[in-house]
Amino acid sequence: MTETLVMLLARWPYVCTVLLMLLGLYGMLGKQNLVKKLIGLNVFQTAIILFFIVQAYRSGASVPIWDPALGNDPDAYVDPIPHGLMLTAIVVSVAVTGVALALLIRIYRNFGTLDEPDLLDAMKRSR
Amino acid sequence: MAESALPILILLCFVAGAIVVVLATLRRPDAAWIVTMATLTAAFGLSVRLLQAVIDGGAVRHRLGGWVAPIGIELVADGLTALVVCVVTGIALLVGLYAREAVRREIAERESAFYAVLLVLLLGLSGMVLTGDLFNLYVFFEISSLAGYALIAVGDKRAVVASFRYLLLGTVGASFYLLGVGFIYALTGTLNMADAAARLPALADNPALRVSVALIVTGIALKMAVFPMQAWLADAYTHACTTTTAIVAPIMTKVAAYALIRIAGFVYGFELVSERLPVGAALAWLSAIGIVVSSVLALAQTDVKRMLAYSSIAQVSYIGLGIGLGQPWALAGAVLHVLNHAVMKCCLFLVTGTVQLAGGGRTLDDYRGLGRRMPWTFAAFTLAALAMVGIPPTGGFFSKWYLMVGGLEAGAGGLVVVLVGSGLLTAGYLFRVLERVWARPAPDLVLRPLGAGATVPIVLLGVAVVVFGLLNSWIVTRVIAPALPTAMGGLET
Amino acid sequence: MDDVLVSWRPAAAVAVSLLAVPLIIASGRRPNLREGWTLLAAFAKAAIVLSMLPDVLAGRTPACTLGPLAPGIELALRADALGMVFALVASLLWIATSFYSIGYVRGAGEKRQTRYFASFALCLSATMGIAFAANLFTFIVFFEMLTVTTYPLVLHKETDDARAGATKYLAYTLPAGLALLLAVAITWTIAGTLTFTPGGFVTTDMASRGLLQVLFVLFIAGVGVKAGLMPLHAWLPAAMVAPTPVSALLHAVAVVKAGAFGVLRVTGFVFGPETLRELGVATWLGWLACATFLLASVIALRQDNLKRRLAYSTVGHLSYIILGAALLNAWSWAGAVLHLAFHATMKITLFFCAGAIYVRTHRERIAELGGIGRQMPVTMAAFAIASLGLAGLPGVNGFLSKWALANGALGEQGWFEVSALALSGVLNAAYFLPIAVRAFFEDNPDYPRFGEASVLLVAPLALTALASLVLGLAPNLGVGGWDLARQVAIAVTGGAPS
Repeated sequence: MTETLVMLLARWPYVCTVLLMLLGLYGMLGKQNLVKKLIGLNVFQTAIILFFIVQAYRSGASVPIWDPALGNDPDAYVDPIPHGLMLTAIVVSVAVTGVALALLIRIYRNFGTLDEPDLLDAMKRSR
Repeated sequence: MAESALPILILLCFVAGAIVVVLATLRRPDAAWIVTMATLTAAFGLSVRLLQAVIDGGAVRHRLGGWVAPIGIELVADGLTALVVCVVTGIALLVGLYAREAVRREIAERESAFYAVLLVLLLGLSGMVLTGDLFNLYVFFEISSLAGYALIAVGDKRAVVASFRYLLLGTVGASFYLLGVGFIYALTGTLNMADAAARLPALADNPALRVSVALIVTGIALKMAVFPMQAWLADAYTHACTTTTAIVAPIMTKVAAYALIRIAGFVYGFELVSERLPVGAALAWLSAIGIVVSSVLALAQTDVKRMLAYSSIAQVSYIGLGIGLGQPWALAGAVLHVLNHAVMKCCLFLVTGTVQLAGGGRTLDDYRGLGRRMPWTFAAFTLAALAMVGIPPTGGFFSKWYLMVGGLEAGAGGLVVVLVGSGLLTAGYLFRVLERVWARPAPDLVLRPLGAGATVPIVLLGVAVVVFGLLNSWIVTRVIAPALPTAMGGLET
Repeated sequence: MDDVLVSWRPAAAVAVSLLAVPLIIASGRRPNLREGWTLLAAFAKAAIVLSMLPDVLAGRTPACTLGPLAPGIELALRADALGMVFALVASLLWIATSFYSIGYVRGAGEKRQTRYFASFALCLSATMGIAFAANLFTFIVFFEMLTVTTYPLVLHKETDDARAGATKYLAYTLPAGLALLLAVAITWTIAGTLTFTPGGFVTTDMASRGLLQVLFVLFIAGVGVKAGLMPLHAWLPAAMVAPTPVSALLHAVAVVKAGAFGVLRVTGFVFGPETLRELGVATWLGWLACATFLLASVIALRQDNLKRRLAYSTVGHLSYIILGAALLNAWSWAGAVLHLAFHATMKITLFFCAGAIYVRTHRERIAELGGIGRQMPVTMAAFAIASLGLAGLPGVNGFLSKWALANGALGEQGWFEVSALALSGVLNAAYFLPIAVRAFFEDNPDYPRFGEASVLLVAPLALTALASLVLGLAPNLGVGGWDLARQVAIAVTGGAPS
């Protein structure tokens, strides 16, 4: 038990990202307003992006731009690949948010509400 | 492995097509469909060439930008890939024929946007199938998903809500997948599938690896509508417009299934997934439950389109069952079912779309007597329905046979019984449609048929159901079997 | 013992009526042309089957392989002795039924005639496929095809009763098909082959006793539904809502005989007498068969609807065949094979009579049939002959098959079976003969004068009755029935009925 705790504390950045993920999931599942669900989704995705970034970090290393002073030793630089991947992931996240917001506007226009229980009622009535 | 430009050409086809559709309709508003059909025809032709090349010479690859793997991104095509790409582009081509009149009737104002997004969807799906890189798969995964959300939102009023729900769940699934890929990168330092496959066996006992397996499988399973994450599919398919359902239902979940086979079978290896970890067993059992639950729900529906949506969940769960069993026969059956179900379901959804747009309605009672009014359409529908139930010599029967043999060889008697018993449930919900269609007097209402553009694809698909059934042995031995993971052993008893 | 003769004729026999289907559908608006296609196909089919007879009698087996159905399994057709018997029965009786159908649907004014004739042609293709299937996989392909193609025929009248009957039909036959599929899959995994082998190919060292017994039960459940084995028989009386020619050919000959044929294939060519004796399951099957025919006979006594009485009688007689298979010796097998053929001729005669009566008088209930023999003497004479045969009285072919079965039962010291057979014969007489007697000897003044039904209806029934009589006196006449049965018995059991 204490071993696990020690291990977790040593890796506290990862723990934080996991907590953020859980927060995001809570937002998606626990909140009734669709916009809040979307925010939850965003938090969730951001947490994953942070996870990757944290994973790329090396203590004492420099930014991943080649520096003649540091030479060719890969351990002198932070791992650039996750950064590149996450740039893509951020773009994807933005796109998803954009589409989601467009959908929400549509929903609001069709049903007049973004609150889930009210929305379900409105959907039933429009049948 | 031979080099070939075909994989990238297929993707470029779709990219170019999407752009040209938007540009062309600035000049001529009704050019959208023509450009789309040209793109789809070209893509299908290239896919068939690819399949031929793979059958003759084995797997091919293409290095994007000339960068060598594992530093560069590779597109790889073996028999499995080529088959799925052909299914995707072939179904798209047939739905494209149908779409001309259908889109005109349902979405008149925004045709060009619809076709452009459709091509982006196909880009995403083909990319998922053709790529040899794990992160690249995520990118194409999201491309296809976003296009999917947009297409599904076009439909009746509830379609937007269904699409939003799908968006939330789909993005979570993709994010799980991404996280899993992150773990793989952290463990092996590579994102190339083949490279990771080579390095992972040494790390088999690492707990991080197990977590990544769980994450990736869960993420993809959500996209595949495996129980208990299947709730989004019924609403999405039911409320979307007929063209969207006709193209999304046969192929989107299948491409996700392909991704699962690729990663679980080739990157992790079935030995890890099925034997060391309970993931395979969990997938198989959840699929079995999904089959039963969805079939029962299908039986309870009076709206034919919704019934077919639940039926789709059940049928994709057959594929999940086949993957979960981790046995060569079962896997061959699952892949064959990708082909067969795409053909069957496309036919069925095209028919419901045709009936709905012609003014015939959507409920069971609305289908009474339509057999005499639309004989060719419903003859094909009958063939597809028989295939779903599993009557020989249609394709559906043979995929069930392989799954059964695989299940028996794997010693999973209970799952085989579920497989066999579900055929009865399928017969229950489909035969009552057939009975109404053929054995009731024809209605008096005025129908505005969609014309040959709709009937031709429907009839072709109906015939294909039987043809692929009769050819199944060739397909399995020449195309599928060489592409199965060699670690599993071959197809013997 | 038999050499294989590569020949396209088995495939041709299956294909000829398949080819007729689009022609029938295309000539929907010209009834005479359409019926012409049916008759052409029927004669062609019978001709092809008969052409293979000399080869089979000489011990050669025409066979052909049409390509792989699945890796390791071929679509293969083979005309061996047992297949020939079934094929002969189905194809020859189809000719009679086709003429009869024409007369019936026109006489009764049935609608959707094109669908009717097209479905019939499809069913006969499936039946030929079942008869000539060389392995279990080919068998099940055609077996399921038969289920699906008979459905529209049961549904034909499109009334609520027809719908209910058709649904019940599917509710029994589809699960049976699935049980059969499961059984075939299990057999494939334990035996590695599915080819029908005289004497069986499944041996007790292939799997545990328990599994083999379950496998046998699955097989019997699969084929037993169509064969009307109790308690899986309930679909048969419900299917009597179909037009009479459908009941005649399909439910007295093709479908139910396909089930009985399936039992013969499973017991003789998949498991074989040795394995079955070791597993001990054949005895249970035999008792179940006896229970079926006794119970069915009793229920038949209580039916007032003529077709339903005939349906229960069919259930009973099919179990004679099953009993013959279950007794596992040469005489009983010869008897079973003979009964497959002979019961068909007799039962179809009875159904033809019932249909002729209905077309002429619209009467279906036995209580109303008194005195009808005066008006329709040929019809009721045929009825009487067939009844005598089913009761097992000498002179008609039914006696011979029954005697062979009894001989077989004696050979196994089956006193119970012999007495059951005898008792069933008495019951048969009790539920059929009074109909004939009352038809001739009862006086019923309120019948208007009407006379026989059209010649298209009467000729077939007279022919089949005559055939029953002739075969009763000379069982080897024409098509070598006795020789074929003997061949089967030898092939399966290794012994010979002398």
